[in-house]
Amino acid sequence: MRGGKVARIVLAIVFVCLLAMPLVMRRIDAQREKLNSSQGASAALSRYGFHFDEVAKTSDVNFIHKAPTLDHRLDHIMPQVASMGAAVSVVDFNRDGWADLYVTNSGEVSQNALFKNNTDGSFTDVAAASGVADLNQTGTGVSMGSVWGDYDNDGYEDLFLYKWGKPELFHNDAGQKFTRVSERMSLPAWVNANTAVWFDYDRDGRLDLFLGGYYAEDVDLWHLKNTKMMPESFEYAKNGGRKYLFHNLGDGSFEEVSQKLGIDTRRWALAATVADLRGTGQQDLFIANDYGISELYLNDGKQFREAGKQTGVGFSPKSGMSASVGDILNQGRYSIYVSNISEDGILIQGNNLWVPRDGTGGDAVEYDNLARAMDVEVGGWSFGAQFGDLNNDGTLDLYLVNGYVSLDRNQNYWYDFSKIAGGNSTIISDAAQWPAMDGRSLSGYQQKRVWINDGAGKFVNVAQAVGASDVYDGRAVALVDLWNRGVLDVVVANQKGPLLIYKNNVAPENKWISFELEGSASNRSAIGAEVRLFWDGRQQVQQVSGGSGFCAQNQRRLHFGVGKNPRIEKAEIRWPSGKIETIEKPSVGQVYKIKESA
Amino acid sequence: MSQSAATSDLSVPVRRRFSLDNRYIAPLFITTILVVGHFAYGILESYERTALAIVSALVAELILGRIFFGKWINLASAYISGISVGILLRSPAFWPYALCSVLSIMSKYVLRVKGRHLWNPSNFGICVLLFLAPETVAALTIQWGNFIWPLLVIWILGSVIIWRAKRIHISITYVLAFLAFAFLRSWITGDPWRSEISPITGPMYQLFVFFMITDPKTTVRSKKWQCIVVLLVAFVEMLLRLNHVVYAPLYALFLVGPTAMLIEIWKDFSHAKAQSRKEVL
Repeated sequence: MRGGKVARIVLAIVFVCLLAMPLVMRRIDAQREKLNSSQGASAALSRYGFHFDEVAKTSDVNFIHKAPTLDHRLDHIMPQVASMGAAVSVVDFNRDGWADLYVTNSGEVSQNALFKNNTDGSFTDVAAASGVADLNQTGTGVSMGSVWGDYDNDGYEDLFLYKWGKPELFHNDAGQKFTRVSERMSLPAWVNANTAVWFDYDRDGRLDLFLGGYYAEDVDLWHLKNTKMMPESFEYAKNGGRKYLFHNLGDGSFEEVSQKLGIDTRRWALAATVADLRGTGQQDLFIANDYGISELYLNDGKQFREAGKQTGVGFSPKSGMSASVGDILNQGRYSIYVSNISEDGILIQGNNLWVPRDGTGGDAVEYDNLARAMDVEVGGWSFGAQFGDLNNDGTLDLYLVNGYVSLDRNQNYWYDFSKIAGGNSTIISDAAQWPAMDGRSLSGYQQKRVWINDGAGKFVNVAQAVGASDVYDGRAVALVDLWNRGVLDVVVANQKGPLLIYKNNVAPENKWISFELEGSASNRSAIGAEVRLFWDGRQQVQQVSGGSGFCAQNQRRLHFGVGKNPRIEKAEIRWPSGKIETIEKPSVGQVYKIKESA
Repeated sequence: MSQSAATSDLSVPVRRRFSLDNRYIAPLFITTILVVGHFAYGILESYERTALAIVSALVAELILGRIFFGKWINLASAYISGISVGILLRSPAFWPYALCSVLSIMSKYVLRVKGRHLWNPSNFGICVLLFLAPETVAALTIQWGNFIWPLLVIWILGSVIIWRAKRIHISITYVLAFLAFAFLRSWITGDPWRSEISPITGPMYQLFVFFMITDPKTTVRSKKWQCIVVLLVAFVEMLLRLNHVVYAPLYALFLVGPTAMLIEIWKDFSHAKAQSRKEVL
């Protein structure tokens, strides 16, 4: 080798500097993280504009989720198979103006809970009295989640419960009790579902329902025909459950139309959400799939067309766990957040933040993954995520829960997991070939992320500083103003853990405004309705959702933070029917209750 | 994984084995795997990241080759290093791809003893990144798709290419050793034997078996010792696997490969010294 001694010394120095680069970057990140987490409550309030207090117990909410015990042939990997089912959805089931919570349980014969808001800071579980508690009886499967929607437009939100088992629909009888009407909906006998969303896909004024299967529907996890029920690939699996789209016929009955309308997939759906992503007035369907790519079904009102690859969101296969939408850049367009899996040094999928590319829109909309650029990429083994303005500063923040299986803190299962995940389909798809977990954790005891949006294209994780410090295995997250204070509280359902209620204390100088919508020509729940708020030269769009995140549903009310001393110009409401109404100069600090004009 | 030789530095026997045509077969093969895998299964993190890895390796090789060998050297080796990094490294960030490629190529120029470099370049780069930046990078451990046929095609084509390069004995020895040790691990741990052989059915091993352990410049010269060294790689890999090390094969090669090279270099040096003493006497 030629080159002088000096050149070789310079080369060696550059080499060492490059080797040191990752260490230096890691140190800088650690210092930044430490700075962001070493805050007291008052410091967090002053620096970030909010702080959480966990108040579940003091609110009389003592709910511990139980996991099911499945077929004994899964005993050796039971903790990772029976790893879902903790879910929460927000509903004002009795129309008293106060948000209530429905929480699912998943142990055999365990009870689901309907926490009625007593308006004084406490809750009472009225599920048993209302007839929606005892829904995990042996032989019927166990609950995975629920979504609420007024399918018969009688003014009361009805309950759809999806399970690894028999799904159920309950009619809300004027907020007093619930009547099971599953047969009228012609529901399938068994679906291993982990997601469902109410939406009015054909804008006929009646809510339809999407239901997404995870395991194939011929798999009864309590009575396996064989052990070949696992995904055939870690990132390319197509042997999951089928999908259903129930079209509401208006007489209390439904017709299943998924395949007729172009939704025909057997990927492993874990989350779905719906939004008007192209500004067409139609509700498009986004599905986050575990073990594969996401799917985006564009809706023309009569037919769905899968456009994941075309739009860029369905290209790189990951482990989609949650799907939520939010106008994070205050540009009047929705971005989509999909959580995935990241484990240091083993699997760095990174979560996806799909932001519509400038200059694209309508049918030609394309997305770029800006999760890294905006610092919302790495969470852990991530599950539920929701957008909401947690500090009322006028930009949407992001709450993300992480953690898969927390068992022995000192031993983990990742080595064995990766051994199988890299294998051929005949091996990975057979549960019998998976090594025993033997009490080891798999991405357990993970911290959560509370990313606040700086409004300039970056998010900062302040979870520890603002008090979101639990390390339970988080699953569902729902945002809701539980006590009508003009703030978004956070409710977290944890697998084999307690339901947590993070009461939000927000700096009073940041103002807010909310909208509670009720459809008339549109579906009465107003699911799919949008409010576009204009203030201080900015705008933000939000929509009423029939389900988002992972096994969760936020409050129906749309909550906008508008920062300090805002000058509100107008609020523009676009109903699913296509009608547009405008409220000029609405006042801050108010909940506007708007009924769609006839 | 790269056929790491800087062209100008190839020894004569290796040059004969790798005729001009042969030298480009490996890059063509790995490119085919990449293109087919990507369009069939979307295996790449993104085009940009893979392109960055390749371009970084090429640029580093051009510059360093010019400085230290005084000429524009053939880029086939650097191309394989770059594309290997592009396939094997998994990171949502861009910088690890550039850094890994540059470190891989630089290792050939910095970590040298008696004119020979010790580590397979991409093995070095990837192991270093996995060790120093685990929060940002991982290596490919998952399956590309579900079907057996693409796997068989890659194994058959890879075998033919390695056979033409007269290095098939290395791959065969390793695969047989891996399988034997897999059964031994299964017996020790009680885990299903299929779970122990599962990793070798994945894409990381396809690249490892055909490109990394067969690298002419970072394997010892004699056929017998090549087999012994690769057997040792498989053995160390087994020990690492028993200790639940996810990237056991990469680390095993990282440890065993340079050690074998150093021993050979030391033996060469001792032999040359003895020869020169004899000549003096």
